[in-house]
This record gives sequence, C-alpha cells and structure tokens, in this order.
Amino acid sequence: MTDVAQVFRILPEVILTITGVLIMLGEPLLAKNASRKPLGWLAVLGTLAALFASFWQLQLPAGTAYFGTVQTDAFSVFFHVLIAGIVLVTLLVTLDAAGRDAESLGELFALMCFGAVGMMLMSCATELLLVFVGLEISSISTYIMAAFRRKSAKGPESAIKYFLLGSFATAFFLYGIALIFGATGTTDIPQIAGLLSTSQVPVFGVIGMAMILIGIGFKVSAVPFQVWAPDVYEGAPSPVVGLMSTAPKAAAFAVLLRVLYTALPALHSHWQPLIWWMAALSMTFGNLGALRQQNIKRMLAYSSIAHAGYLLVAFTALSPDGIAAASFYAASYAVMNVGAFAVISHAGGMDDRLTLIQDYRGLAYRSPLLGGALAFFLISLIGIPFTGGFFGKFYVFASALHSGLVWLTIIGLVNSGIAVYYYLRPLVSVYSKPVHSDLLDGIPRVTVPLMFALLITIAGTLILGIVPGRVLALAKAGALTLQSTVSDTTTAVK
Amino acid sequence: MVPIAYYLVLSAILFSIGVAAFLIKRNIITVFMSIELMLNAVNLTFVAFAHQWHHVSGQIFVFFVMVVAAAEAAVGLAIIIAIFRTRSTLNVDQVDLMKL
Repeated sequence: MTDVAQVFRILPEVILTITGVLIMLGEPLLAKNASRKPLGWLAVLGTLAALFASFWQLQLPAGTAYFGTVQTDAFSVFFHVLIAGIVLVTLLVTLDAAGRDAESLGELFALMCFGAVGMMLMSCATELLLVFVGLEISSISTYIMAAFRRKSAKGPESAIKYFLLGSFATAFFLYGIALIFGATGTTDIPQIAGLLSTSQVPVFGVIGMAMILIGIGFKVSAVPFQVWAPDVYEGAPSPVVGLMSTAPKAAAFAVLLRVLYTALPALHSHWQPLIWWMAALSMTFGNLGALRQQNIKRMLAYSSIAHAGYLLVAFTALSPDGIAAASFYAASYAVMNVGAFAVISHAGGMDDRLTLIQDYRGLAYRSPLLGGALAFFLISLIGIPFTGGFFGKFYVFASALHSGLVWLTIIGLVNSGIAVYYYLRPLVSVYSKPVHSDLLDGIPRVTVPLMFALLITIAGTLILGIVPGRVLALAKAGALTLQSTVSDTTTAVK
Repeated sequence: MVPIAYYLVLSAILFSIGVAAFLIKRNIITVFMSIELMLNAVNLTFVAFAHQWHHVSGQIFVFFVMVVAAAEAAVGLAIIIAIFRTRSTLNVDQVDLMKL
C-alpha cells in the first residue's frame, strides 16, 4: 500500500484532529464575550464527517497500515462508528446545556474531538505502543473535561480523583505491557499471539496479563477497581459524564477484546476466571450500591459499574458470539446512557441544578418530551423488550449459556431483577403528580440540538431493540476478524 | 556484567514503593510523585528487557512513556492548582465533599 493510501486507514482520526486544531485556532479569534456555539457546530460537522469516514472504511479490504500498528476491519469500524456517534450526541447536548453561558466552551469542544481521536486509535491499534498512546490521549482529554467546572468545589475534586486513579491504572497497564514485552520480545499484538501459543506460557506473560487487566479494569470501572466512578460522575458536568461513562469505556473494552482474544488467547485459562469474578462482583456491587443513591448521577454511576459487569460476562464466553455480544452491549449501553444524560444535562444545565431523584418529580407533566425520553431510557436500562437494553442483555446471557456458564448467567439475571427497583424510582418520580418547584420551572425550553440528540438516541435504542440485525451482523463480522487474526498468525508461526 | 534479574527486581521494588506511597501518603503532590515513581520503574523494566532481547522497541516505548508522563504532569498540576484554589488544602483526607 502506498504511503498516501495509508492515510485512509486513519481517516476518521485525521478528520477529528484537524477539527480539534481548527477549533483551538478559532477560539482566540472570537471576541471575548462572544458565544462559542459556532465552534461547537464546527465540531459537530467534523464528527459527522468522521462518522461517515468510518462507515466508508468498511469498503476498504481489512488490513494494516503504518508498519502494522493500525488495523482497519469490521471490529475497528464498529467501535469507530460508536465513538463518533457518542461524541456527536455529546456535542449536541453540550451546545444545548451551555445555552446561556457558552463563552468558555471552545476548549471543551476541541477536547471532545481530541479525546475521540484517542479512543478511535485504541479500537484500531494492533501495537501496544499505539494502544497506550491512544489510551492516554483519551484519558488526558477526559481528565480536563472532568475539571471543567473549576470554580465549583466539586469539579476539581472529581477531576483529581479521576486523574490520580486513572494515572495509577495507567502505570499498572504499562507495567503489564513491559512484562509481556519481556516474555515475548515484541509489543505487536498479532506477534504476541504467535509467540505465546507456540511456547510454554512464561510467568512474566501471566503477571503482565493480570497487570493489563488491572489497568483496563480501572478504566471501565469494574469491581474491585470502581471506587472512583460515583464521585467523578457526581462532580463532572453532566454532558461530559454522558461521554465518559460510555465512549472511553467502549474503547477500553475494544482494547481488552483485542488484547485477550488476539494477543493472549493462549492464556485464557488464566484470565477467564479473573474476568468471571470481575463480572460477578461488578454486577452485584454496582446494583446493590445503586439501591441507596439519592443523586441521579451517582445512581447512574453505580448502574454503569453494573453494566460493565454484564459486558464482562460476554468476555468469559470465549466464543465469537461472546465477542459480538460484548460489542453489541457496548453499543446499546452507550446509546441509552448517553440519552439519559442528555435529558439530565438539559434539566440541570452545566452546573447541575437538578441532582436528586426527587427533584425530577413531575417532570413528565412539565415537559412530556423530556419526561417521556428519560422514562424510555430508564426502561431500556432495565432491559424491557423492544429496547436496545433488552437485546444487549439477551445476547450476553445467551452467549454465556452457550458456553456453559450457568452460574454467572444466574447471577446476572438475579442482578437484572434487583436493577428494576432502582431504575423504577426515578421513573415513578418523573410521572408523579408535580409539586410546585422552582427547579422544574427553571428548566429551559427544548432547543434544536437537544431535539437532534434525543432523536438520535431514541432512534438508536429502538433500532437496536427492534431490528438489531445489521448492527449485530457488523459486530459478528468484527468478532470473526478478531479471531481470524489469531489463526493467521499462529499458522504463520508454525 | 550485571544480570537482568537485578534490574527487574529493582524495578519491581520501585514499583511497589510507588504503589505503597500512593496508598499511604496524604499530600496530593506526594501521591502524584509516587505515580511518577511507578512510571519510572516501568521505564527501567522496558530498558532492561530491551537490552535482553537486543531490540530497540523497548527503548522507544520509554520515550513515549516519558512524553506522556510530561503531558500528564501538566494536566495534573493544573488540576492540583484548581483544588488548592477552591479548598486551600492539598490533604487528600480533606478533599471529601463527595462520599461513597
């Protein structure tokens, strides 16, 4: 492949980088008090272009570029489209939530673009060096975004907790890479697979795998590495929480899938029990923790821990169906969670005026659209049929059952039952008779960007719940490319 | 010649000290320094393995780790300044508005 044509393999990343740089260049040119909304729309345009570029990559034959560091295949396209979609909705939500005070948002828009670049690189990297660089681009961008309300007391506190624990996790992730490099002499993911499957499993390889699991465990907030999630979600601005509870996690899960299934399938007898326990504990702890939360953002933080657990169930299945189910679940969780945070962001604004579940009492009477949308996303998070949440859970547990993981499936199903209770509380609150409240009166009118954001997320949830065929087909194609890379390299080495 | 195991043991000890300091120390700056210590322990491991395998990719990795650590430090110190401005303290026990 010629040098110029290689650029097409990272076209979405290039588009988003240019968009981010343009926003940073445009920011100082605007007058000090001028609204930054034009920059936001520029970011929306860039993200849309990246979304279409990702779809277009499906037409390329699957293959690598830049000395085998980047691989475009159905798997990478799946996560590229997902990440671009999440960032698109988040940008629209930010444009809406910032409404009146949009003067300081230039950096936020640029950071969202840069963060998306990092996450996209994570999902297409086949070299641990690039995985690390992508992970850090995405993490550092999200640290700054979490600190965005720097005048309030909670903003920096949430950011410092995220930053310290995130860097701590990165150090573990790096140590894991170093040990795997020590065990195999390479950091190239397909080559690692070949070297590990043909030789005795070295002890450095196993320790390295465990370290990588710790690092990624922090990033996806799986138990026992979940402590940061509720505090960070409470203090960060709501639109940013919608982004960081979904997109970086999806990218981290993509990395985990690639590392575990492409690089380390030879160690599966070591990592499968670890993931089993992480999944069981995350589901149980997340759901039990969510039961007693009064703050809706904290509740959704615990719910995101639980959903990370459901997703990890699919990892233990050790089958292409499991990989496809994990990808599908990442997409369905992202759509409904970003949607729920879109409503919360609009109601609370950038500075969280409505935080408690009881603050939402009577929302559906004040604004049937907002109340109905929130209720719909909560129903999908519960996993009622005809929503994306239902099919996500269905595929995950089906793949687990096919692989004979009966106990994990039972734990998961019991947990889904527990989850109904705490998702119903805001649902009941939204449809209760309204008490007169200044908080609800303060909710601004629904704007055009929010309409688009809700349209995309509601349509996405419905499509994943009623006609999931095409998305699932792409996820399955992605699962097969992950596994075929394995067989290719192992045969090449033999 | 010093055997490679010495370097690996040293970096494992450094990494453990970093982890312990991260968990024990109460000042945010010190906690942040312990993360830097962990990263440098990783760098030492990379260099040792790069020497063992006669492969430069480990050393190249170290450059990337250093660059990223610098970027992280810039962001981290900015956040720490923001904390100090709102709280006038850098003790992690007093940065506790939000509890589990």
